[in-house]
Amino acid sequence: MSLLALLGVLSSTIFSGTSLLYATLGEVVTERSGTVNLGLEGVLLVSAATGYGVTVLTANPLVGVLAAMLTGGLVNLIFGYLIITRKANQLAAGLAVMFFGYGLSALIGKPFVGKLIKSLPRYMFPGLEDLPLRYTSLFKFDFLIYLVIPMAIFIWWLLYRTRWGLSLRAVGENAETAYASGRNPGAIKFQGLFVGGLLAGLGAAHLSIAFTMNWAEYMTGGRGFIAIALVIFSKWHPIRAIAGVLVFSGAVAFQLLLQVSGVNISPFILDMFPFVLTLTVLLIWGGTRKHSAPATLGRVYEGTE
Amino acid sequence: MIQSSNALPAKSIFQNKYLQIFVRYGLTVLLALLLFAGILLITGNNPIPSYRDLFKATFGSAYGFSEVIVSMIPILLTALAVALPARIGMINVGGEGQLYLGAIFATFAALAFKDLPGWLLLPIMVLLGILGGAVWAFLPAFFKAIGLVNETITTLLMNMIAPKIAGLLVFGFWHSPRETNMTPNFVDAARLPTFFGTRIHLGIVFGLVVLALFWFVMKYTRWGLEMRSIGGNVQAARRNGIPVKPYMLIIFCISGGIAGLAGMAQVSGFYGLLIPNFSPGYGYMGFLISWLAGGDPLGILLMAFVVSVIMTGGNMLQITIGLPYAVINLLLAFSLFVVLAKPVLPKFLRGKAA
Repeated sequence: MSLLALLGVLSSTIFSGTSLLYATLGEVVTERSGTVNLGLEGVLLVSAATGYGVTVLTANPLVGVLAAMLTGGLVNLIFGYLIITRKANQLAAGLAVMFFGYGLSALIGKPFVGKLIKSLPRYMFPGLEDLPLRYTSLFKFDFLIYLVIPMAIFIWWLLYRTRWGLSLRAVGENAETAYASGRNPGAIKFQGLFVGGLLAGLGAAHLSIAFTMNWAEYMTGGRGFIAIALVIFSKWHPIRAIAGVLVFSGAVAFQLLLQVSGVNISPFILDMFPFVLTLTVLLIWGGTRKHSAPATLGRVYEGTE
Repeated sequence: MIQSSNALPAKSIFQNKYLQIFVRYGLTVLLALLLFAGILLITGNNPIPSYRDLFKATFGSAYGFSEVIVSMIPILLTALAVALPARIGMINVGGEGQLYLGAIFATFAALAFKDLPGWLLLPIMVLLGILGGAVWAFLPAFFKAIGLVNETITTLLMNMIAPKIAGLLVFGFWHSPRETNMTPNFVDAARLPTFFGTRIHLGIVFGLVVLALFWFVMKYTRWGLEMRSIGGNVQAARRNGIPVKPYMLIIFCISGGIAGLAGMAQVSGFYGLLIPNFSPGYGYMGFLISWLAGGDPLGILLMAFVVSVIMTGGNMLQITIGLPYAVINLLLAFSLFVVLAKPVLPKFLRGKAA
């Protein structure tokens, strides 16, 4: 196997892992406020389509990224209206949002299929400028990739070192108690959802604008569900989410490497591998998991009399 | 509807439970259609002819109506696969994966024993289909029962794995000589019989029988009572000597089996072959149907019908106004939004119980 193939796999892993990490971070924030958004897949799709469309229309990828973020936030607010204001079941509302995303993204994306866009500018990874020319293009990353690890640290800071993060986690643990201590659980859950939506939008924008540079129906290919699994995998912690995404992307990369090196295994077995790995790790961590989940995760806050 | 109701003594009529259910579903569909009309208008389509087409395609002809029933078969079964474990407080989001496994197991039988006569082969396929779904449901139930991992997330992950197993088997071993992405057509003995010269197949009987069994067991048997008590309060049930863990395992496996039966019915009755990725999310639709109906058998039947009308009509819309088929998910989503948002009914439509 050539070095070029090896580095190519590494590079594409970084690209595909970035959108996943943003989405995972968003879901961490949302779930910390006690909300499971099973519709993340739909949110990602709508954001990806909107971001791509806006990029085509304005010829400015930055505007596209912003539009995708906002869209993510707004779709999550619709979800929030259902589960917080109307007190609907979170799993069912999440799946409804998933179907909503399938439909809306197809509608939004249709006029832009096959259109070319100007992608985000890419900058050489510092310290690698001296690489031979044929490798350098693999290590030029856009700013969203450089920002993703700092973003995880920022989210950690936001959740564990700010008053807002404390409120958010308090609502996730026990909304009644949070209410008793003078917080407004409904508003905080909305904020958690909105921030989660912004991050999901960022991930989706990276996927469609920076990585694949096109739009296709169902292009997220289950990333939303993977992100939800990774949140559990990382025990609802933004820093551990980095590790989770690394393990998952590593598994994907390993699978690509096997394919590149001509090992004769069906690609379908390899495709299963990341999911089987995630399942296995969940099982291994199963015993200790209960203590790290937000206590009222998935429960509807009925309001306090 | 509003006018006729004014002419009648409003209270006594609208306290009738079934009428209330019908009014509720009717208004749901109406509101969802209004929302979707907005989308159609935005995309530059006139909603009125579109809707006329939609209803003509589904209710306008015997053929259209039969197609609605055809698309109702898998989602009726997957909805039941969700409603059953919901009674003991377990959440089965894995109908999609269990459906695939059922289809895979049934396909195995159809290809391996194709020389058997139909009266023998079909029961084997049914049993294997049920077994396939049950196997796929056993693992999450087992992990849940020993307290390792919540069944929601495991079933969700296993949904991602199942279609890849189908892909592996079809591309690797089962594909027909001409096409690599599908199995050869099943022999006639491996096809469920169809009725009245339409595409309605025996699967609808499976669906209705399982529905009736579900209703009967829940209402009139000791098992139903014990299951409801587990769903109501696990601690109390355990202290009353109800074997909670065996119930969890068995019920979840049965529910997986029901979803597997749906998969078997799809490959044997509808397609007559196995294609990887044949399901457009039947498992998830089943989850929503069961949830929207609150696990009520009659409600499941009604909601499955409504969703089928939307799906079948969507095919028609795609052909006539050239919107992508995925757009029909929007109409589905709007119906769900309306139900989930529990809009306040106008006063005269509200019964005391509602």
